[in-house]
Amino acid sequence: MRLSRRQILAGSAGLAALAMAPQARADAFDLSDWDSVAAAARGQQVYFNAWGGDRRINDYIAWAGQTLMERHGVELIQVKISDVADAVTRVLAERTAGQDSDGAIDLIWINGENFAAMKANDLLFGPFTSALPNWRLVDLVDNPTALVDFTIPTDGLEAPWGRAQFNILYDSDQVSAPPPRFAGFLDWAKEHPRRLTYPRPPDFMGTTFLKQGLITLTPDPSILEKPPADQAAFDAAAAPLWDFLDQLTPLLWRGGSSYPTSGPAQQQMLADGELDFAFSFNPGDLQSGIATGLFPASTESYLFDGGTLGNSHFLAIPYNARAKAGALVAINFLISSEAQARKADPQLWGDPTILALAALTPAERARFESLASPPQPLTPGASAPSLPEPHPAWTSALEAAWTSRYGR
Amino acid sequence: MTGGEGLRLEALSLALRGEPLFAPVTLTVPPGRVAAIVGPSGCGKSSLLLALCGLLSGPFTVSGEAWIESIPLLQLPPERRKLGLIFQDPLLLPHLSVAENLAFGLSAAAGRRGKGERAAAIEEALAQIRLPGYGKRDPATLSGGQRARVALMRSLLAEPRALLLDEAFASLDAGLRQEMRSFVAAILRERGLPALLVTHDQADAEALAEQQVELAFVQQNT
Amino acid sequence: MGGAVGAVVVLLLGAPVLLGLVGVVLPAFGYLPALGGESLTLDPWRQLFAEPGLWTAALLGLSSGLLATLLSLCLVIALLAAGPLWLRRGLQALLAPLVAVPHIALAVGLTFLIMPSGWLVRFVSPWPSGWERPPDLAFPQDDLGLSLILGLVAKETPFLLLMALAALPRLDEEWRLAMARSLGYHPVTAWLKTVLPDLLRALRLPLAAVLSYGVANVEMAVILGPNTPPTLAILILDWFRDPDLAQRFLGSAAALLQLGIVLFALALTWGLALGLGRLARRLAADGRRGQGRLLLPAGLWLALPPLLALTLLALLVLFVWSFAARWRFPDLLPVWSLETWQRQGESVALLTGQSLALALCSTAIALLLAFALLESRRPARQRAAEPWLLPVLALPLLVPQIAFLFGAAVAALQSGIAAPWFFVLWGHLLFVLPYVYLTLAGPHRGLDRRYHQQAISLGKGPWRVFFTVTLPLLRAPLLTAAAVGLAVSFALYLPTVLLGGGRVVTLASEAVALSGGGDRRLLAVTALLQALVPLLAIALAIRLGRKRRFLP
Repeated sequence: MRLSRRQILAGSAGLAALAMAPQARADAFDLSDWDSVAAAARGQQVYFNAWGGDRRINDYIAWAGQTLMERHGVELIQVKISDVADAVTRVLAERTAGQDSDGAIDLIWINGENFAAMKANDLLFGPFTSALPNWRLVDLVDNPTALVDFTIPTDGLEAPWGRAQFNILYDSDQVSAPPPRFAGFLDWAKEHPRRLTYPRPPDFMGTTFLKQGLITLTPDPSILEKPPADQAAFDAAAAPLWDFLDQLTPLLWRGGSSYPTSGPAQQQMLADGELDFAFSFNPGDLQSGIATGLFPASTESYLFDGGTLGNSHFLAIPYNARAKAGALVAINFLISSEAQARKADPQLWGDPTILALAALTPAERARFESLASPPQPLTPGASAPSLPEPHPAWTSALEAAWTSRYGR
Repeated sequence: MTGGEGLRLEALSLALRGEPLFAPVTLTVPPGRVAAIVGPSGCGKSSLLLALCGLLSGPFTVSGEAWIESIPLLQLPPERRKLGLIFQDPLLLPHLSVAENLAFGLSAAAGRRGKGERAAAIEEALAQIRLPGYGKRDPATLSGGQRARVALMRSLLAEPRALLLDEAFASLDAGLRQEMRSFVAAILRERGLPALLVTHDQADAEALAEQQVELAFVQQNT
Repeated sequence: MGGAVGAVVVLLLGAPVLLGLVGVVLPAFGYLPALGGESLTLDPWRQLFAEPGLWTAALLGLSSGLLATLLSLCLVIALLAAGPLWLRRGLQALLAPLVAVPHIALAVGLTFLIMPSGWLVRFVSPWPSGWERPPDLAFPQDDLGLSLILGLVAKETPFLLLMALAALPRLDEEWRLAMARSLGYHPVTAWLKTVLPDLLRALRLPLAAVLSYGVANVEMAVILGPNTPPTLAILILDWFRDPDLAQRFLGSAAALLQLGIVLFALALTWGLALGLGRLARRLAADGRRGQGRLLLPAGLWLALPPLLALTLLALLVLFVWSFAARWRFPDLLPVWSLETWQRQGESVALLTGQSLALALCSTAIALLLAFALLESRRPARQRAAEPWLLPVLALPLLVPQIAFLFGAAVAALQSGIAAPWFFVLWGHLLFVLPYVYLTLAGPHRGLDRRYHQQAISLGKGPWRVFFTVTLPLLRAPLLTAAAVGLAVSFALYLPTVLLGGGRVVTLASEAVALSGGGDRRLLAVTALLQALVPLLAIALAIRLGRKRRFLP
């Protein structure tokens, strides 16, 4: 890893990039023969396009890269992106330009509408998940979102990497009784105007807030499992949400004339005391935020009565990736019990595992059980279940409608 | 002690960071006459003129006094001293035509505000410097002698109380120089203006000036 | 040789811009076979004009760019016409380093200063303001774009002032003032009537570049601009990045609209300048000496020291955040820690290395080309630059980046050459070469030809003359040009992310990515380094350029 990084440093990267072409040709493997995958992977550079907005996650990926290099000779290079859609666009652009091999992206952290877009356009490599040696450890029974991503079957084109559930952060010194349900935010905002907001959709945290509202307020949530039948169906289902937002918007931070750019930006503003609530999709955010000094120790998190949106996030390989074998080895490592246990550690990341603990050896299981304070309090319970994501078509329709109603 | 008519300098001297540049100068220039200040280059001749105009700043200090038509000069802000300063370089503004350059000098006093009045005054001035019809021209297309005459006329149109000529003929060749000298002399006589000429050229001084003052270096220990 | 170098430069700068524009023009009218657009149609335009908030977004970019440019220019004029000499002299030393501070780093630092929980509010909180929590101020990212204008003015004023100070010595400023004052003109009036018209002519290109950047920039608009809606440039970026590829037609139409808006802004200011020029001639000829009536607007220069102080504070607050462990409102200072530097040291060093590699390579190539251009013109002696050269050099600075870089990126992909670093380098050269050339051209033209004639008469060949005479004589401008090239490269965001396809990550691209809500401490480290390296380069260039072998 050091050597090739130094190559980039030395400014010879232009040459290095040219020199990469022959290497790709040597990348021949048989998916049913893992040894051939591992052999082809050795020496490959895997460009991992992953959202780069969280230091802990970046640190974790750096650790994974180091371990992969030491054990498997695979160099994992994180390309920090601010929006996964950028990576999807990149692959689409490559196909537009007829670049069907040697693409710029080898591995991509993805879910939801972006997966749906890539799958619909045949931009993914696979199916590959059942070829992964660690696939047998993945919990496919108790986690309904492991094989269905926002109602879209994964069909082996992406492997689950972690789980998340929408939760709300607040400072208990400032807010004694947070609203227990989504609709309660309106009453709360009437009493405390301009101290509440949500990230600007299409940022995924902002969109999640909209979806949470849609699921909670729409008369018949079951229609969200399929794409809206037509515009009228969408309008009818979303009408209560727009009613709610029409009333809420003037009471928002800055009167709704401006929105935070992302979930982390909103969390910063909670930390500054500029807002009373922030949203998170990761139970580990709270503890790590307190540990790093971002949040005061009095910060707490909670779920709505009746549940909040939950989903899994995944790893996928573009169809034209240059280092497919390297990417497969990287995925297999990232869903190993060692990597998953480290990821679940709230001191490091705090992302709940996708593994079935029962499938693990006692020693492996001990890794999870020894975690100082596993992110248990926020795992779904009877009163706050993990709600399924609506079909991605609702997501894009919600984003477009929100943009024309409030975003411009 | 006050000046009377014309331009009078009384023990005028310049110092650079406290060190005097030359021995104090005392002289009187009656209206219509010329006095020349001669001396080697670097002795402070040009600085003396700038000081009279109030344009010398920075490390220089001025001592002594100067009067024009009995008005003490050194207390006045530069723009109210009304001394026409003519440089070696005519400094015609390149973004203005010849007529506009003259208009730049033409004062906006009463009777010279209206468009027609100003245009007439400029035409008359152009005729006086033997450049009738040159008003619309780009000053860059004029010859050196023509430019010098325009610059002189620009100063005169501002109705100065005296003219200060700083090596004003140095950039002209010998024939033109002679012509320019007599042109200036005629104009000064006609308007009754006192003039102070700074030059390192003895011929200039002798041709124009009735009196010459040689600036003497002050002995310095550097 | 001259023709060959010229052709290389035309190809190097002109081709990407023109290819890039073609790559936008065709899709804007529905033609993009790869996406199924095979016939010409006006649909993208219909879709564009139906977009909610389009005109607000377009107007926002136009007004912030125009206002910021005008305000910067007025500040420069006010300082030069009416500001005290000591301030002008004092600024002269400070300007070059200030100009080297990249837009992104400045925008991040300003945000840390002026946001409701920022340093400025902390200075007065909780006493005397009484704010225990950040106040409810709609600033920065206000709807009118005021914070964006503030950022642009803070960035562009030093640049314009530096350009003005470089142009003034050629305008005989002091003598013109002396002449005008001896004719009875008030000093401010004298400056405005005698120096300003020619100064404005000399500033045409820098002003046009500043205006084009201000109207269509992405970096400052994304950090300091509003977001409901954002400026048109940001909308275009969103459309081009949309996973729904059909949005590219929309984005292309919008990119053309953006180009049109920039051209409109340029034409508007050009017309304004023509009108003002005519007015200036009338005013110059009206003979009025202006006894102090202009003093009020001229007093605008008083705004300059606070503006520069804000810039310096912005750098300082980056420094402070980078050493913060925790820094909660309303604490004036953080709990200090080296943690961010230690934990992120390696990855940040890598980013700095990547930025440096790009900057050094692009600057080296730009210097080579600039010298080749300048020297090949030598035999033609006094002839000014070939008429085609300046437009070609100005092209990347005047055509908005957002309008041609997407097309250029697609063209790069279609070339089939999988060398993102190479394309990013090329992209950097588009902007580095014009600035390097323009920095060198003046001093090169000013060289006393007799040194060369002397050397040649002594029997030296052209290469020996170049290395033993030209280069040593041009040492100071050469160093300055190198530092300018490096600073330009460090600041580039769009060429890096678009042509590199995400594979080439620099301090600039990382800072923008983090500015969307990442860890403020890491953002501060990244932005600080993005500013510090060019600052050091400029300081070094000034120092080395001043050092002489023999003291006079």
